[in-house]
Amino acid sequence: MLEKALKGNRGYWIWIACLILVATVGFFFYLRQLDYGLGITGMSRDVSWGLYIAQFTFLVGVAASAVMLVLPYYLHDYKAFGRITVLGEFLAVSAVVMCILFVFVDLGRPSRVMNVILHPQPKSILFWDMIVLSGYLLINIVTGWVILSCNRKEIPPPRWVKPIIYLSIPWAISIHTVTAFIYAGLPGRGFWLTAIMAPRFLASAFASGPALLILVCLILKRWGCFDAGEKAIQTLAKIVAYALAVSIFFVLVELFTVFYSQIPEHMHHFQYLFAGLDGRYNLVAWMWTFAVLSIAAFVILIFPGVRRKESWLALACVLVFVSLWIEKGLGLVITGFIPSPLGAITEYSPTGPEIAITLGVWAAGFLMLTLFYRIFTSVHFERENR
Amino acid sequence: MTPNRRDFLKIAGASALTIMTPAIFVPAWAKNSIVMPPGQGLAPQKALAAKRWAMAVDLTKCTANCADCIVACHAIHNVPEFGNPKDEVKWIWTEPFASVFPGESHAYSGEKLQKMRPPVFCNHCENPPCVRVCPTKATFRRSDGIVMMDYHRCIGCRLCMAACPYGARSMNYRDPRPFTAKINPDFPTRTKGVVEKCNFCEERLAKGTLPACVEACRQKALTFGDADDPRSDIRRLLETRFSLRRRAHLGTGPQIYYLL
Repeated sequence: MLEKALKGNRGYWIWIACLILVATVGFFFYLRQLDYGLGITGMSRDVSWGLYIAQFTFLVGVAASAVMLVLPYYLHDYKAFGRITVLGEFLAVSAVVMCILFVFVDLGRPSRVMNVILHPQPKSILFWDMIVLSGYLLINIVTGWVILSCNRKEIPPPRWVKPIIYLSIPWAISIHTVTAFIYAGLPGRGFWLTAIMAPRFLASAFASGPALLILVCLILKRWGCFDAGEKAIQTLAKIVAYALAVSIFFVLVELFTVFYSQIPEHMHHFQYLFAGLDGRYNLVAWMWTFAVLSIAAFVILIFPGVRRKESWLALACVLVFVSLWIEKGLGLVITGFIPSPLGAITEYSPTGPEIAITLGVWAAGFLMLTLFYRIFTSVHFERENR
Repeated sequence: MTPNRRDFLKIAGASALTIMTPAIFVPAWAKNSIVMPPGQGLAPQKALAAKRWAMAVDLTKCTANCADCIVACHAIHNVPEFGNPKDEVKWIWTEPFASVFPGESHAYSGEKLQKMRPPVFCNHCENPPCVRVCPTKATFRRSDGIVMMDYHRCIGCRLCMAACPYGARSMNYRDPRPFTAKINPDFPTRTKGVVEKCNFCEERLAKGTLPACVEACRQKALTFGDADDPRSDIRRLLETRFSLRRRAHLGTGPQIYYLL
């Protein structure tokens, strides 16, 4: 089936070439980072995680969202999703690969990465995160590939794949829960020390991932000769609407606890985020953009008449994706370090090489995604024109 | 039956996987055990030993503008000087009293307290979060309470830096060697990409000498000893003087005691 990715029109190849170019530039800067050390990034002694780990956190959510297609189809026999569960599984595969790449480029000594397996430490949440992420990757490669091959041959999927699909449902919840636990279990970081971290992660994941899937479906409908079907897209839109509502609610719950209790160790971080602290405002504009965009997206999505119009739906999905990227891919990780345990306010801004490496990883992920989806659409195209 | 290409690839893939398995299972069955001659321990004879190493900092003796302990520590341990706060590596440094003890300071505390700059170190916690989170056991706690770093195992993920509630850990964002003024050949330098911190001078304890900062302090403000030993100096100080520990409410059990 792989050879199907090698056929495409001019636009397809231009897109592929652009992605390869961005990924190559990223790789070049990664070689420079290997040579110089992580000092090439904007990370510092006080803000010791930056863009890389933030992207990782955001993308774990995108990966987990495949469950929003698998669960309705396999547990509730919701037929409209039957044609697109594979899209969700391939999105999960690409997102997990990006996650792994982002953790890898963040390591100070990448050559020793196997120490995590050679000297395993079950008390470390990072150890468990490695297990759940690699397991989830494997599950989705197997299920996605097997189901697509069966679609191609027009035979029902083999029976052994069903239990793996059922396993993928709790497993998807686990990857985001475990990733949230990396943060929520640290005693000295008031910003992350909250039990709502995992639920918040899941809610925003189930909004951002399906939003990306809707955008993908709309793109495939226009340029990819594949129509997921009005019903499937509209159901996804409802899922995004609910998940976004829950996500906004969880943020407000968090804000209440922090600002009504007024415990400085927790409150200072949120003050820095939304109002700035001691004259440092790096993230304030971003966070208000997040607030405005997510509320705008919510307003578009809750009116059925509006979300049924494709252009409005596309706009809402872009807003959801961008706003939740700001919240998770920017605000959540960096703010945990500001102020520092000693009360210092060290701001963080990514450097050029750091941004280039980040874009490179995104490009590599989207390259994988494009190739998968190319195979997927041509399998379906062949089937329908037989 | 002649195998087709697909079968061949399957067999080749499976064989490739078997090459990896021993590496994964090594920790289970091939743990190296160190064989010692009878009657001999790992530690040399004159080493200082304790059940729980701890340090007391007498803030009434510690003077604000003095850096003797810092200079001694950083010189002995090859701590680099990058000259910028972003890449900074530090094992001991000073902070305003209000930053070290945010819960214990208020607007009306006298000038003396406001000008005070207590030295801060790794607290060698009884229940260290950094050890809990490290995915490779590169940071670990010895039975005598010293929290140590294995610079050769650390993968540089910096989870320990996020976990430490004291900001005691530094990452080598760059190669530290060119920035180390005078390299002490008796202590390892580090490479870029690993995390480091105060080690309670375990290399000196093994040779029977006190930590460098304790020796360097001319005010005799630092007392190092076995908190578990009722006859030790540090124990007497802790019994007779009022002491504070940094963020003790987090349950980490810090072993640096600040005497007031």
